Amino acid sequence: MSGAGFERAVVLAGGLALEREVSLRSGRRVADALRHAGVETAVLDADADLLPALAADPVDAVFIALHGATGEDGSLRSVLELAGVPFVGTPAERCRIAWDKPSAKTVVRAAGHLTPDWVALPHATFRELGAGAVLDLIVARLGLPLMLKPAQGGSALGVERIGAATDLPSAMVNCFAYGDTVLIERFVEGTEVAVSVLGSDEESRALPAVEIVPASGVFDYAARYTAGMTAYHTPARLAPDVTERVAQLAVDVHRALGLRDLSRTDAIVDAEGGVHFLEVNVSPGMTQTSMLPMSIAAARLDLGQALRAMIAAAASRTDMLGTKSTVRV
Amino acid sequence: MRGHSLDPFADRYAERTHGMTASEIRALFAVVSRPEVVSLAGGMPAVTTLPLDSVGSMIGEMVRRLGAHALQYGSGQGDPRLREQILQVMALEGITEASADEVVVTVGSQQGLDLISRVFLNPGDVVLAEGPSYVGALGTFQAAQAHVVHVTMDESGLEPDALAAALGELAAQGRRAKFLYTVPNYHNPAGVTLGEDRRAQVLALAEAHDLLVIEDNPYGLLGFEHEPLRALRARGTDRVIYLGSFSKTFAPGLRVGWVLAPHAVKDKLVLASEAQVLCPPALSQLVVAEYLESQPWLEQVKVFRELYRERRDAALDALTALMPAGVRWTRPEGGFYVWVTLPGGLDAKAMQPRAVHARVAYVPGIGFYADGQGREHLRLSYCFPEPDRIREGVRRLAGVIEEELELRATFLGTDPSRAGGGQSHGQADTPAPDLP
Repeated sequence: MSGAGFERAVVLAGGLALEREVSLRSGRRVADALRHAGVETAVLDADADLLPALAADPVDAVFIALHGATGEDGSLRSVLELAGVPFVGTPAERCRIAWDKPSAKTVVRAAGHLTPDWVALPHATFRELGAGAVLDLIVARLGLPLMLKPAQGGSALGVERIGAATDLPSAMVNCFAYGDTVLIERFVEGTEVAVSVLGSDEESRALPAVEIVPASGVFDYAARYTAGMTAYHTPARLAPDVTERVAQLAVDVHRALGLRDLSRTDAIVDAEGGVHFLEVNVSPGMTQTSMLPMSIAAARLDLGQALRAMIAAAASRTDMLGTKSTVRV
Repeated sequence: MRGHSLDPFADRYAERTHGMTASEIRALFAVVSRPEVVSLAGGMPAVTTLPLDSVGSMIGEMVRRLGAHALQYGSGQGDPRLREQILQVMALEGITEASADEVVVTVGSQQGLDLISRVFLNPGDVVLAEGPSYVGALGTFQAAQAHVVHVTMDESGLEPDALAAALGELAAQGRRAKFLYTVPNYHNPAGVTLGEDRRAQVLALAEAHDLLVIEDNPYGLLGFEHEPLRALRARGTDRVIYLGSFSKTFAPGLRVGWVLAPHAVKDKLVLASEAQVLCPPALSQLVVAEYLESQPWLEQVKVFRELYRERRDAALDALTALMPAGVRWTRPEGGFYVWVTLPGGLDAKAMQPRAVHARVAYVPGIGFYADGQGREHLRLSYCFPEPDRIREGVRRLAGVIEEELELRATFLGTDPSRAGGGQSHGQADTPAPDLP
């Protein structure tokens, strides 16, 4: 190890989730930034070669740039914890709640924050009770427009705004292609913001919020990952008191869900200044068009140094057995 | 305050780039590279069946002997020896009246398509193309800002009646198509072949309407059930521009194809190619030339044919055994692809995330149309996976389709498997929907 106590990292990128492409981009950017910061960094996929590779060539810590299942649902982190491999980010057990949008919304609402009314249902419920009757009930209670999202997953994959009840059945079919449970949420009109949080527990702090203005009006996959299709305002153009509440929401979410090192909370600010929690990402995008790196830059931090600090924090943590990690698999 | 778009040049791009955005479909294909996924998506030739040791020795020897030539710039039109050899290759499909001076070697036939688009197409020009059509061709036409009008096909390929109707409609509007783009043999993606009679009919229509025909023939030597059909260009017409490729008969990594065009057109293609790439890669051309001269390349084509026939059979057998009722597909007599038609209402693009979860990949049909058609279709490629992997892929896909059918039954109150006239397992009657 170097004098600073760490010098080597592995970035995990790829995986088998729908967001593999985004993950590969994130991984490359994280690796580049770490290398610039002087950390010897390798990029590995989450496959059968991973554990033997980590065992054969231990590193100080792993940075998980995997998006979607495996990387965010806690499963891979559980294995790393079992293996005593330090990693940057939220522990496995807490990921399971944060990763599931309905569960996270429940926690955040219980913490006293606004979040759009919702219902999350599996296909079986519609099949057994009759889709027509259930959808009618949903429209009657939540109104229109509605947002349809897979209950798990990110990058706006499978997300659709529904303006007319007649569009709902076919949209449900499309959304269920992304997962077993669909989150149906009341649509809140307003300013879309993303707030990143660094640190853990009482040390958690919000970075400047990013305001998102997609040219097409919809922040879909193309708008997220095509440079030029979305305008980003960092810091967001919000009144000072709203800015403060947005930041507080993100920090509260981070703490209430027990998140560690980094997270990104997506929210909507309505016309009255109400701040509505939408979802939180435990493995936020790190691509050239992702919001967390923008926030880091807006905070006048260096991405590589910020990531290096996360590696250092992870390397110094004790593993699940309460012993200082030896990075042995 | 405009914010930061992350692209300081966003307002300077040409109009033709407007469709060049990140795409969910492309992103989903990222998982195809993982071994857990059975990819029935990409049309990758089985290059591992090539005699790689012999080819390696041949290349090494060639570089030692001809390195000064192979590693140097070359002619914009292409290596003269290779152009002579290309004449012999085309003769196998009946093209005997051609000159090496009419041949332009290109960086794969894809560059040939791009050159043709550059030379012939102005924004708004009409191109006729089969529906569905090769996605790479549609890309070049789109880049040229042309308007593609699709012409329907059936199990015998392009329908002459539909072609006549499209030509008539254009004439009634006072317009004419710049050309017809067609893949007559073992069509990508439809898997069908233009019948013998129809070849004459299509050419007669072209003659009657003064229509230029672009014949794209990468798969012609890869037929399973009969000798190669005579090319359109072999039928004594100067109104056919022919595209050929060594990507399927030898190796796609070399990127060597060609265009056979009338002299005046050829001259423009050469100038356009020089502006684009200066010259096709000398090394690749000499590798192909040496391969054709020193290796039993026709025997290797037979090896490819047998391999692909076995894989085609595996795909068709699996489809017959495993697909839910109502799914239809074509029966290719050569080439790489089966075109699948899903039961009423199923959307192959919307279904794709479920397929990725199930670890099977295909290409949604919508990509093979320029006008948004094709949602109920998908293309399966059988050329690359081993037969047992093909069967496994079809098994997974069948499960995906079953689940989609169940979802549609839940939400749309229909049983799509009974739609479409109640046809059960079997070949598709028509690989493409009619034009509106």
